[in-house]
Formats: sequence, structure tokens, C-alpha cells
Amino acid sequence: MEKQFPKIEINERYCKGCHICVEFCPTRVLAMKGFTASVINLEACIGCMQCELRCPDFAVKVTT
Amino acid sequence: MAFDYEKYIRPGKLPHIWCPGCGHGIVMKGLIRAIDTLGLEKNSTAIVSGIGCASRLPGYLDFCTLHTTHGRGMAFATGIKFARPELQVICVGGDGDGVAIGGNHFIHACRRNIDMTYLIMNNNIYGMTGGQFSPTTPMGARASTTPYGNPDPPFDIAKLAIGAGATFVARGTAYHASQIDKLLVEAIRHKGFSVVEILDSCPTTYGRRNKFRSAVEMMNNLKESTVSIKAAENMSPEQLQGKVITGLLYKENKPEYIAEYQKIIDDAQEIYR
Amino acid sequence: MAKKIALLQGNEACAYGALYAGCRFFAGYPITPSTEVAEVMARELPKLGGKFIQMEDEIGAMAAVIGASLTGMKTLTATSGPGFSLKQENIGYACITEVPCVIINVMRGGPSTGMPTGPSQSDVMQAKWGTHGDHPAICLVPASVQELFTETVRAFNLSEKYRTPVTVMPDEIVGHMRERIEFPEPGDLPVVNRAVPSVGPEEYLPYDTRFGDIPPLAAFGSGYRFHLTGLNKTADGFPTNKAEVVQREGERQLRKIEDNIDDIVLYEEYLLDDAEIAIVAFGSTARSARYAVNEARKAGIKAGLFRIITYWPFPDKQLAPLAARVKAIIVPEMNLGMTIHEVKRCAAGNSKVTGIFRVDGEPINPGQILDEIREAGK
Ligand SMILES: Cc1ncc(C[n+]2csc(CCOP(=O)(O)OP(=O)(O)O)c2C)c(N)n1
Ligand code: SF4
Ligand code: SF4
Ligand code: SF4
Repeated sequence: MEKQFPKIEINERYCKGCHICVEFCPTRVLAMKGFTASVINLEACIGCMQCELRCPDFAVKVTT
Repeated sequence: MAFDYEKYIRPGKLPHIWCPGCGHGIVMKGLIRAIDTLGLEKNSTAIVSGIGCASRLPGYLDFCTLHTTHGRGMAFATGIKFARPELQVICVGGDGDGVAIGGNHFIHACRRNIDMTYLIMNNNIYGMTGGQFSPTTPMGARASTTPYGNPDPPFDIAKLAIGAGATFVARGTAYHASQIDKLLVEAIRHKGFSVVEILDSCPTTYGRRNKFRSAVEMMNNLKESTVSIKAAENMSPEQLQGKVITGLLYKENKPEYIAEYQKIIDDAQEIYR
Repeated sequence: MAKKIALLQGNEACAYGALYAGCRFFAGYPITPSTEVAEVMARELPKLGGKFIQMEDEIGAMAAVIGASLTGMKTLTATSGPGFSLKQENIGYACITEVPCVIINVMRGGPSTGMPTGPSQSDVMQAKWGTHGDHPAICLVPASVQELFTETVRAFNLSEKYRTPVTVMPDEIVGHMRERIEFPEPGDLPVVNRAVPSVGPEEYLPYDTRFGDIPPLAAFGSGYRFHLTGLNKTADGFPTNKAEVVQREGERQLRKIEDNIDDIVLYEEYLLDDAEIAIVAFGSTARSARYAVNEARKAGIKAGLFRIITYWPFPDKQLAPLAARVKAIIVPEMNLGMTIHEVKRCAAGNSKVTGIFRVDGEPINPGQILDEIREAGK
């Protein structure tokens, strides 16, 4: 069976581009794309939820 | 599963008004998770605040909410809870709101020990009015009204709460986001007045003036300047120098005001029946 | 059955009036000369299952009564001068959020600590202009112990009916005098209860003007949930900067009172029908004035008394025609000239208006007023 990765959704309407999710992701899954965060390396995601917990703007949703 | 925050947020209220990287949003999420864990009923939970950026929090939440006057949230909350004890009452606000203009209500709420929770979002500054120093701004720090550095010594809110008689006092940080709801769950469950101080950050008016180049740097500072009460047990005084202790700092059981008052009512009605 | 009769102090009567009206929550902070109101409430409320709390200051007391009122209770606070000043910001909050509550302010000398045990009538302007911004104001100024009871009941009725704070302001003399009072039986005086929403929680808005200028206020904990703020707000209770909404809401809040002046304004006319000289007075000063009027009549001078009972809104409608009819108006008051300006405004130059002002802590006695009547009659 193929490895299941968490699903990460970034709500661009809510994201204010603070970099918090990007900087505190332990495995560098996220990066800034212009003013909003985006997923660049989903394969590395360990589902720790830190990005979702620390996003001040309700813009990150991690589904494991 | 993903956590559904929007279940507790009033429709159409997001995005919120707080600045990019403002810690208040992280704290609000912690409060929502705590409410979810406890299964608090929307119609029987009142969330009250004063004035300030932090005090804008209740407006987002789909509960009975009251945005009052600067510093007075706890006194309004006292009226609500005392009048209708079956309501779960949570009061929120900033450091300026809670321990400057509202300081008197704060210490007396601690002393009185009414069964409600006070969540204080301490960003060490008056964010809403553009960054004047607050009673928790560290000495030497820059604010719009301390252009040469702050000469005014700060309060330790947790110590103040304990000294004033609060029966539950905990401290967390916006960096330690997953701990916020846990502290709040315990605080809300506690029978008596509980104080939860969350150290958070105002990148816009504090960070800018105090050499924090970004919200991320401020978050890192929250991590580096704090140590959990557990870890602190094994640290030397030198190692603890300059560190702020987080976690459950104080808990005791004391008579709760409304329960005591109910005895007065019962006796009075017994005698005068 | 004979009515229950007692010898009561004004402040005590005020507390019993509140209980009669259904008040079951009191928050206060002690201050002379109002403290007896708190003391009676502390003693009587628990017997009725009600709640009394002594707060850390008057600001907190005002906040607590607003908070408690939001849960559907009728609530009271009592204070004097310095405490009334401290309450002002939150009185404005009750005005803009439209939360009913009653404030007793027993007037003592001021400004500042002034004369704590001395009588005064110098807070009447503060009752209207004390809190910042445009806002409705209802203020009642009783003159006897019995009236302190009935006017406190009326204050609760007006507060609930118009969804606004109401102030009752006896001067220290009325607050502290002891008189015989006849306790009204339940049902003798009307008691108005708060309107409850006619729509369900899904549809409810705290400022829904589809239901008129005074939309019903739901109680926290009654199955309705909503938001209230001291910011300018829209029908749903949330803040707005929209110019037309702010203007419209501001006007509505004043209109609530202005459109109902006849329901709110209470006054007493004494020997005014043929009067050439009218005294306009209130509170304990009106008692001296009544005596002076009687003496003047004995001396053949056609004097009469207009006694203000509702100070705000001011009885313009009655005073303007009175001024057109009489030769002179005399305004005795325990301040350095406040009511006189309102009376002059109403008189609009149609009669001579003079004042007797006293702030030395002594009441204005009938002799002083009689002298002035004689002077005016010349
Ligand atoms: C009586 C009164 N004084 C002053 C103000 C102005 N004011 C509004 S918010 C605020 C400070 C807010 O700081 P804090 O409570 O720490 O919250 P933050 O904005 O930092 O979240 C001040 C001084 C006011 N609204 N009311
Ligand atoms: S869940 Fe953890 S690993 Fe995955 S993106 Fe978020 S922070 Fe990174
Ligand atoms: S933490 Fe949230 S607001 Fe900040 S960049 Fe990431 S998604 Fe955007
Ligand atoms: S000014 Fe500071 S406290 Fe206010 S929203 Fe912006 S970052 Fe947050």
C-alpha cells in the first residue's frame, strides 16, 4: 500500500504571511510563495500539527 | 482528523483583525480547543472582555459575548456569574486591560474566588493604542512612551494573582501552543477563580521597537525566555536567571464566593420563611 | 386590610421601592450619604433569594449591575458625588448597549470630596452630561420618603420599558429624612417587566428595529446568544464605522426618550392657576418652596409652585407656557445655578427668571424664598 501523507490545506484568504508555519515546521514542508504560505514538500510531513497550532490566522489545516 | 475551529467561530468573522504574526490568534485557537475538550454549551457560556486588541477576541466566538469598557471585563463578568451561576464565564483581555486600568478588579476577583476563568494575553505592550508601555513591559524596553527605555519596573502577573488569593494560576506561551488548551481546560474545570496568563507577542508595536525583526523571532524569544516548571526543578538558580517559569504554578481549594453566598440565601430564607 | 405603615428613612424607602419593583441584584461601594441603600439591600436581598455584592469600587459596581442585568435581572446600584463620577463611563456603556439598570445618586456637596454629609442638588447636569457622547438620560428627583419609594419603582419601570439606565437623585436631605410611609401592596403600583424577544434565537438581533425603537433584549443564559459592545454597532450588536448606521442608531437612542416625553415627565403644580409668581424647585428645596408659597398667599401674593419630579427629560412643555403666563419665576436650588439655565431656556425671555443659590451645606429655607417672592412681587 502506498504511504499516506497528511493533507495540508492553506487558506489563502486567511493567511497573512507571517512565516510562522514555515519557520517552525521541523521538516521544511512549507515555504512562502509570495505573501502566502504553501506546501512544497508534503512527502516530508510528519503530521506533528505544529504549523496548524501556531498559525495565528486559522489558515492552516492539517488532516492526518 | 483536522480540528474544526470554525464550528465555534461566528460565520463570516474571519479573517480576524489582528496583525500578521500577532500572538492573540494563537491564544484564541487554544481557547477554542479547550472549549471543545470541555464540551461547553454555546448558549450557557459567556465570554467577556475589556478593551484592547486582545479584548476583541469574544466577538469572533459564537457564544454569549460581551465587549465592555477598558479594564472592566472582570467586574462585568462578576455581575454575570453572580446573577446566573449556571453560566460558564470566561473573561479575556490584554496586560494593559487586566493589570493596569483593570488591576483593582483583577486583584479583587482573585481574592473573591468566584468560579470563573481569566485568560490574560500578555504581550508586554498596549498594542491597540500603538505601543505604549504597559505594567508588564520589561525595564529598559522601548515603547512609544518610553523612547529612552522603560524606567518603570514590571509586574509578574502570576505572582500578583497568587498574592491576591487566586486559587488557580498557570502560565503558558503562544510558542507552546499545544499547552494553551491544556492549561485552560484545567483552569475552567477548577472550582474557583482561575488565572491563565499566556505570554504572547505583538510584532507590530513591540517587536518593531525592540529589535525583533519578525513574528518568528518573537516566537523564538518566547521559547528561549521560558522554562517549564518541571524542567525548572532540575535547574540551578544560575541556569534559571532571566527565565520565566511556565505551567501550572499554583492551585488550592478555597471556599467559592457564590457557594458561600448561597448559604447566606438558604439561611435567610430558612429564618424568614 | 390596613396598609402597612412605617417610619422610614429616604434611603431605606428607596431600597424597599427597588425590591417592590422586582430588583434582585445590587452591587455597590459604600459612600455617604447613600450607604443605607446598600445596607438595606444587603439585609433584604438574601431573604428574597436575591444577590448583594460589595464591589472594589464604583466602577466595578456599575459594571456588575450591567452584567447582571444582561442575565435578565433587575439591578440597582447606589452612590453619591465622587462615586457617581466614577460610574460615568459605564453608565455610557449601559446607554449605548441599551441595558436597563437603576442608579441612585444621593446628592452631596461637591466637587470632589466636597461636603460628604452636606445636602446638595449640584449633580443634576452630570446626570445628563456626565458620560461622554450623545446619549439618552432619564433622571428622577423625589422630594419625600414616600416619593423616593414610588419614584424608585417608576425608575425600574422606565428603565425596563425604554431599555436604558435611569438615575434617581434625592438630595441628602430627602435621602436621610425620616417620614411616615405607607407601603404599597403588590398590585398597587404598576411593575413593568422587560420585553422578551418574539422571535426565536436563530432570528434574534439585539438591536432589531423591525420591532420599533426599543427592540427587546434577550437574557444571557436564556437560549439566545449574541454580542454586545460599547462601540457603535449595527442591528446585530457588532461594531460598525458606517456613517449612516452610526447616525441612525445615535438618533434612535435619543428618540426612544424624546418620543415618549409625556410618559416619562412627571411634575406637580401647586396653586399655579392664577399665579403671578412661580417657583420652580425640586427635592427638599421644593418643600421649602411650598411652605413659602403658602405664606405668600396668606400675605396676598399670588405665588405658586412647579415641582420638578422628572428632571431629565426636562419639563420644557410645561414650563414654556408657564413662563408666558407669570410675571416672574424664581428658581431656588442647592447649587450655584444649574436648573435656572434650563428654566431660562424654557422661558425664552417671556418672564423674568431669578435664582436662589446655596452651597454652604444648609438647606434653602422658606424665609429666603419668601423674601425673593416679595421682591419679585414689587
Ligand atoms: C478608559 C480608557 N482609557 C484608555 C483607553 C485607550 N486604550 C484602548 S486599548 C488600550 C490598551 C490595550 O492594551 P492591552 O490591554 O495590553 O491589549 P493589547 O491591545 O496589547 O492586546 C488603551 C490604553 C480606553 N479605551 N479607555
Ligand atoms: S504537520 Fe508538522 S511536519 Fe507537517 S507541515 Fe505541519 S509542521 Fe510541518
Ligand atoms: S502561519 Fe498562518 S498566517 Fe502565518 S504564514 Fe503560515 S499560514 Fe500564513
Ligand atoms: S497591534 Fe499588536 S497586539 Fe494589536 S493586533 Fe497588531 S500585533 Fe496584535
